[in-house]
Amino acid sequence: MHIADGILSVPTCAVTGAISAGVLAYSIKKSKANLEEKQVPFLGVTAAFIFAAQMINFPVLPGTSGHLIGAVLTAIVLGPWAASIIMATVLSIQALFFGDGGIIALGANIFNLAVISAFCGYFVYSKLKNHNEKTAVALAAWLGVVAPSIAASIEIALSGILPLAQILPAVTGIHMVIGIGEAVITLMVVGYLKKVKKEAAFDV
Amino acid sequence: MFKNKGIFALLLLALAVGTLLSPFAASSPDGLEKVAEDKGFIELAKTLFYAPIPDYLMPGIQNQTLATALAGFAGVLLTLIIVLGLGKLISKKD
Repeated sequence: MHIADGILSVPTCAVTGAISAGVLAYSIKKSKANLEEKQVPFLGVTAAFIFAAQMINFPVLPGTSGHLIGAVLTAIVLGPWAASIIMATVLSIQALFFGDGGIIALGANIFNLAVISAFCGYFVYSKLKNHNEKTAVALAAWLGVVAPSIAASIEIALSGILPLAQILPAVTGIHMVIGIGEAVITLMVVGYLKKVKKEAAFDV
Repeated sequence: MFKNKGIFALLLLALAVGTLLSPFAASSPDGLEKVAEDKGFIELAKTLFYAPIPDYLMPGIQNQTLATALAGFAGVLLTLIIVLGLGKLISKKD
């Protein structure tokens, strides 16, 4: 769902970029107060894993693919603050080194895939986890794809490309399907990542 | 730092996914690209900046499988190094 340059208007990129910068500044403040230095190796390998997993496009419908975002997976394991920083870093590396997602649109992509995805998904997870952990993970991961697709649709509409009534059903419709893949992969690896994190914390 | 077995195993998994699995990923456009094609606004997309490893293909390598694998390998290590450095800066100082 990485948006290329040339599609979003400059004001849309500027506003989403400014909000992203504000959230990231607060996330860094939170990390400086809470993130223990011995967790940093786990942070590094988790980010590396998210980068790798994002390369794996899976077929969704004929002629369309999707890949893991991983913001909700990271947020469940490390909390939404650290997750937003990790996702913003992965998105920046993808844009700067691999030409995946625009440079001017980077702030919008961070807003959608690091901020909206991580915080919306984590909110749902935190509300539902005490009822049923697996359902909470699956719904949160699914929403972590659908919510940024709504945000991307609004940004495309605000940029004057297409009216929201046309772009929203198309973009969000396909991401409601891609979100199932996100839920399946997240369910598969979330327990493993939690276990690695827990064991690493004892072994310092 | 990677003396911890679990951390080391997760790094190996990331390298395996990024290097060995990535050449076999689906090549069809992703959800947003597909909509942009169908609705005719994909032509608006512009490259404003020439990335060193464009489209996850290591430049100068003719073989697509190898070019993708090397790009994945480079990306996984680059992400690891940058987040380790960033993590040091933003973690709690005891």
